[in-house]
Amino acid sequence: MIELKKVIAVLVENKPGVLARVSSLFRRRGFNIDSLAVGTTDREDVSRMTIVVRGDEKTVEQVIKQLNKLIEVIKVSDLSENSVSRILALIKVSATTENRGEIIEIANIFRARIVDVARDSLIIEITGDEEKINAFTNLMRQYGIKEFVRTGIISMARGSKVVEVR
Amino acid sequence: MRAADAIVKALEYEGVEHIFGIPGGAIIEVYDALYDSNIEHILTRHEQAAVHAADGYARATGKTGVAFATSGPGATNTVTGIATAYMDSSPLVVMTGQVPRSMIGNDAFQEADTTGITMPITKHNYLVTDEKELLKTVREAFHIASTGRPGPVLIDLPKDVTVADVEFNYPVEIELPGYKPKLKGHPKQIRKAAELIVKSERPIILAGGGVILSNACEELRKLAEAIPAFVVTTLMGKGSIPETHPLSLGFIGMHGSKYANYAVMDSDLIIAVGCRFSDRTTGKVSEFAPEAKIIHIDVDPAEIGKNVRVDVPIVGDAKLVLSELVKYVKYKQRKEWEEKVNSWREKYPLKYKQEGDVIKPQYVIEKIYELKPDAIVATEVGQNQMWAAQFFKVERARQFISSGGLGTMGFGFPAAMGAQVAFPDKTVVDIAGDGSFMMNIQELATCVDYGIPVKVCILNNMFLGMVRQWQELFYDERYSETCLRCKEMSFERIAKGFGAVGMTVEKPSEVEDALKEAFEIDAPVVIDFRVERLENVYPMVPAGASLREIIDEEY
Repeated sequence: MIELKKVIAVLVENKPGVLARVSSLFRRRGFNIDSLAVGTTDREDVSRMTIVVRGDEKTVEQVIKQLNKLIEVIKVSDLSENSVSRILALIKVSATTENRGEIIEIANIFRARIVDVARDSLIIEITGDEEKINAFTNLMRQYGIKEFVRTGIISMARGSKVVEVR
Repeated sequence: MRAADAIVKALEYEGVEHIFGIPGGAIIEVYDALYDSNIEHILTRHEQAAVHAADGYARATGKTGVAFATSGPGATNTVTGIATAYMDSSPLVVMTGQVPRSMIGNDAFQEADTTGITMPITKHNYLVTDEKELLKTVREAFHIASTGRPGPVLIDLPKDVTVADVEFNYPVEIELPGYKPKLKGHPKQIRKAAELIVKSERPIILAGGGVILSNACEELRKLAEAIPAFVVTTLMGKGSIPETHPLSLGFIGMHGSKYANYAVMDSDLIIAVGCRFSDRTTGKVSEFAPEAKIIHIDVDPAEIGKNVRVDVPIVGDAKLVLSELVKYVKYKQRKEWEEKVNSWREKYPLKYKQEGDVIKPQYVIEKIYELKPDAIVATEVGQNQMWAAQFFKVERARQFISSGGLGTMGFGFPAAMGAQVAFPDKTVVDIAGDGSFMMNIQELATCVDYGIPVKVCILNNMFLGMVRQWQELFYDERYSETCLRCKEMSFERIAKGFGAVGMTVEKPSEVEDALKEAFEIDAPVVIDFRVERLENVYPMVPAGASLREIIDEEY
């Protein structure tokens, strides 16, 4: 079976327990979540989850159908194709007077930002898709990553397609 | 108005006439409000039985069943009942008490995370944290439970919410942006299905519980006659077509008849309606009906393509879809196929032999059927259930009540009780095993208390019979912990101890008279039929095997 990686946007009613319902569903049906990001939308009664799920075609189809069955789920959209995806990462890198310039130069190439400077470290903020974050992270390893945190993926379809409550 | 009074008033608005439950500290306010209501409350002796009774009531009537329990252990006791209803898509509203809002999360006395526990076994559940949401919640719960694919909905009520002051303004409109069941089938798909039907040489209809839930039995029969196609059912679909109808082949699956299973396996088209292709129905799914194209009609899109590949999916309500589909079907005689199936039917009937002076369990069921073909029959789970399914010819929907999906031993008796509450003048029989009956035997007290005249027919083999059968066939007769022999015990005396009527029947010649006598008594009766201990349910398809690999016994 071919394993697929799908990015799914889920609009849900912004009510307590919705996240538990979604995660309980994934656990109970044996679906694997790669990444999950949640936040409210421009409407405060609606939240949007972006879930990256792995599995064969049939599994992914079941994920979407089972999500749709949850009463508080308003809409489920597949954003795997033709969409913009972003992750935000914060990386605390060891830095000395000698290599600080070099690190900043690499960060600039990646359009990352230095958001904190200390005597022996820097915090770099970077946004981008998974590939870009990974490439940058690998480059930073040589200097010593002291701490790393990233968000789940958030996604939006390109062009006129809109994921909205109807 | 006190919120508790508003709840009871809301239930009256929803047309609730009966509630099954047990009070407790956290739900005492609601019970206080119930004191002044015309709604009849049946005090069961265990919360599990309360939910099963509400479930049996729902299955027998088509109405939403209602059960009450208090917080903590009361709520956790409802879990098996709720899961049973969930697996069989039975509409229920279960209300549980909860500790006051300020104490939630503090491990207070009789506190349990009821909504957390029941999340995966309810269609939806609510913890009411704001009394202003209360009536809206009740309205939504009844709506969700009974529409689309029905199922149990739980409302958890913190005690302080039930004493709060609310304005009674019962909502009519429902606002659920994420819940809009699709009822009308896609016309293009329906025409595609009709084309397949017209082309088919060996069509068969597979009817599931959804046909009954959608009240689509008449439409189903009309479609079967219009094609014409033989009809097989799942266990839950029993009653979707009269089993005496010439096109009916009974149920398929692990203990279905050979001819029904052969017919499905040999078909070139399966028109599946309101069923979910469970493993007990399909056998080894990769070898299920290898030559058949499949049309799958179901109101729940997630069921389509979940277990079997489907050629024409139709999402919609069975009643609406079938009444459309029948318009496009042309009558076509399929003589060869008809003869083939009918020859199987003649060659491989369901059978057993009543000989000697030990009662065969199947004989008891045949006698019940002969004497009371119109009875509502509930079953427990195991051999008793399968023999009942094989030998009681179900005539109509909602006549056969059984825990199909979850397979809950102890379901039948309280479910029969619920059905009897709904239909006090009908004969309601619980076909039981000695193992299952023991799991909710305390409800004899409820039956006696309220004069609920359920007739419990125990096929007593002093074994956990179905497990014993598996041990005999697949575990070298190593009967590990399946023997329930207890010489001193008498169900007759137990029944009498509760104030019910008890009988013991040991000879085949006494079976009929005992049943006749029991059916004349307007009170709960327990008949302990001492049956052949080692009788097996045949035919049988071993778990995981194809429906062609049928074990049978020569008689």
